[in-house]
Amino acid sequence: MRRILLGGALSAAFAAGLLLAPDARAQDSLKIGVLATFEGPFAILGEDSLRGANMAFREHKMMAGGKKLDIITGSSDASPESAIKAARKLVEQDKVDILIGPLSGDEGLAMRDYAKTQPQVTFINGTSAAEPTTLIDPAPNFFRFTTNGVQWMAGLGSYAYETKGYKKVVTIGEDYSYPYTQVKGFMIEFCKAGGHVVDKFWTPLGTKDYSSIVASIPDDIDAIYVALGGADAINFLTQYEQAGGNKPLIGGSITVDQSVLSAKGKRRDYLIGTPSAGPLADNWDDPKWKAFVAAYKQSDAKAFNSPTLFSHGYYIEATAMIQALDAVNGDLSDGHKKFREVLSTQVVDTPTGKVHLDHNRNAIGSEFLTEIAAGEDGNLYNKVVKVIPDVNATLGVPEDEYKKTGLPSREAPACP
Amino acid sequence: MSAVAEVLPGVAPRWLRPVLTYVIAAVALVIYPLIVPDFWAFQIGAQSLFLGVISLSLMFLGGYGGMVSLAQMTIAGVAGYLIAIVGGNSLNFGPLWPWWAAVPIAIAGGTLAATLIGVISVRTAGIYTIMITIAIAMAFFYLAQQNYTLFNGHSGFASILPPQILGLDWRSPIPFYFLSLVVAVLSYALVLYLSRSTFGIALQGIRDNARRMRALGFNVTAHRVAAYAIAGFIASFGGILLVWFNSRISPGTVDTGPIFDILIIAVLGGMRHPIGPFLGAVIFVLLENFAIDFIDRERFNTLIGVCFLAIVLFSPDGVLGLWARFVALIKSAGAANRMTRRPIGDGNSLQPAASGRFIQGRQ
Repeated sequence: MRRILLGGALSAAFAAGLLLAPDARAQDSLKIGVLATFEGPFAILGEDSLRGANMAFREHKMMAGGKKLDIITGSSDASPESAIKAARKLVEQDKVDILIGPLSGDEGLAMRDYAKTQPQVTFINGTSAAEPTTLIDPAPNFFRFTTNGVQWMAGLGSYAYETKGYKKVVTIGEDYSYPYTQVKGFMIEFCKAGGHVVDKFWTPLGTKDYSSIVASIPDDIDAIYVALGGADAINFLTQYEQAGGNKPLIGGSITVDQSVLSAKGKRRDYLIGTPSAGPLADNWDDPKWKAFVAAYKQSDAKAFNSPTLFSHGYYIEATAMIQALDAVNGDLSDGHKKFREVLSTQVVDTPTGKVHLDHNRNAIGSEFLTEIAAGEDGNLYNKVVKVIPDVNATLGVPEDEYKKTGLPSREAPACP
Repeated sequence: MSAVAEVLPGVAPRWLRPVLTYVIAAVALVIYPLIVPDFWAFQIGAQSLFLGVISLSLMFLGGYGGMVSLAQMTIAGVAGYLIAIVGGNSLNFGPLWPWWAAVPIAIAGGTLAATLIGVISVRTAGIYTIMITIAIAMAFFYLAQQNYTLFNGHSGFASILPPQILGLDWRSPIPFYFLSLVVAVLSYALVLYLSRSTFGIALQGIRDNARRMRALGFNVTAHRVAAYAIAGFIASFGGILLVWFNSRISPGTVDTGPIFDILIIAVLGGMRHPIGPFLGAVIFVLLENFAIDFIDRERFNTLIGVCFLAIVLFSPDGVLGLWARFVALIKSAGAANRMTRRPIGDGNSLQPAASGRFIQGRQ
């Protein structure tokens, strides 16, 4: 009973904590929130994304538009709920001026809705790549300088149909928004070229046993489109090979990574010629990209051999923000009006080519079509087949017509 | 139990102290959201309150019934999913009934689920109860994750908002805080009342010695199932507030992390009084929000873990145990003070008598 008093005492403690909370907003510095997944299944990727953002901040000596950048980090566990909680803390408690993030697709959708309730803050995406974030009901203060999961597939569908000659394929992917988006990106071009997707298999994230799916893959197909990532991809490929499967593969943006490329024996020969597509390619022969890779490797002792999609994405977003802040001399006093205008119209020169925004504030940028090849040393690598510049959010299809294919889901789009 | 009013003796007569405590607490809880920024009212205040409510249901089961159930978050999740499916969501899936139909259905559904879980698990005890309830909780998680016809799989439901009643948007920070506060106070009062009712006393008897209670003619199983049902009723309210707070629900809401969070909150606060879970929730929410500011971003979960370990290590009874010890310390210090102020002769005269008794005892 008397413990209720404790509740009161604690409330008072809250109030006291508030008074202590720093709220001095120096005019010569800007508060920037960086939100990524420092916990949960994507913790490693979250750390790498911050590495990318820090590269951009350090390149500009932690300054933008003549003001010091005051970086505050927030952490989510890749769930939309945790992303919003972290964003709320950064925006409402720490009072950041600009928020960069989040990392994954569903988080981005939630952030779009949250951005609408906080018009005084400018939100810049991290690497979240869900299509509806900017295509459907976009927030006027949410900007995305990285391309989305549909755009990452640019060129792959037509390449598979025309160059590779695959007419009938099945797809397999994890059962959530990101693989839906990837399958859609592949099918937009593949179906338009005349191909058929006979069946789609969706498996829960983290599935270990693919035997029932391997058994139900029909015989009369030309290839399998695999949108699985990480351990799921390895498990599927191993089990498919052990069951005697020999159909050629087509890979999603995160399917063919170093662990797949290090395959030995029969599977190594079988993988050669597998096409995939994405927003970056490790082995691109461009001097600017090479300089970026070298800078990335030097930035942190724990950095990977080559930047991931996540450090690359956060680097681009942070660079875009700094460039726009420089253009307005760090002046956000007009309710970010000029700053947002510059963001919407500027062209950003990134390690992977030029990027600018469309009318929904989604990036128009370059994509890479790659194919697994054997190098001179015998190791497999992703050879760049083609760099496709200026890929827009609808892959060149007029927006009205594009929207008719429906939002990416288990069923949509369809061309059986 | 001693508390603030007894630490400061002489402030008020004995009969007035509990009343005074309630009044101070009520004033503090009502004024709190009005003087702090929205972030503190909504994310810290309201979240502590409804997490406290869900954890309170575990405290009721564990503290009075001796049954530690890890399925309380699952029950909250059942109620949350029901309010999403029945009451409308961004997909416009389900019958889209108004809140006054959806809320009772969600509460009834959650209570029913809790009763079923109770029926299944009451015949086990101790670690086996924990095992069977976590098995049920994981089964529900995988069902929600893989079922698309009802639960919409991995994505779940979004845009689940509280109704607009009396011209108020009940999701804006201050109204939502007061909504959570009302639910929290009512749940707290219910648990406190039940703990002193015949049912509650019988439940505590069953906790301490089930066999003896059975011999006395009590239906042990029925009492335990009823306890599960009541705990489920409370957890369902917490679940609805949780979903309205996030405005969404997905399988992640009922995954292992949140399931254990509820246990952690109850253990942190202390399981021997219904205020414990609320104290635990406040500490939990503050740590979750601010640990990242105090320590390197890669290590902030370590800080949270160390705080939990420290509290549990130094006080197996959670914060409540720490408080009880603090009060005992003050009291004994006070007593010692009174001892030293006594005339020396008094102390001396005690000694022969004491040793006399000692000798007598040996004889």
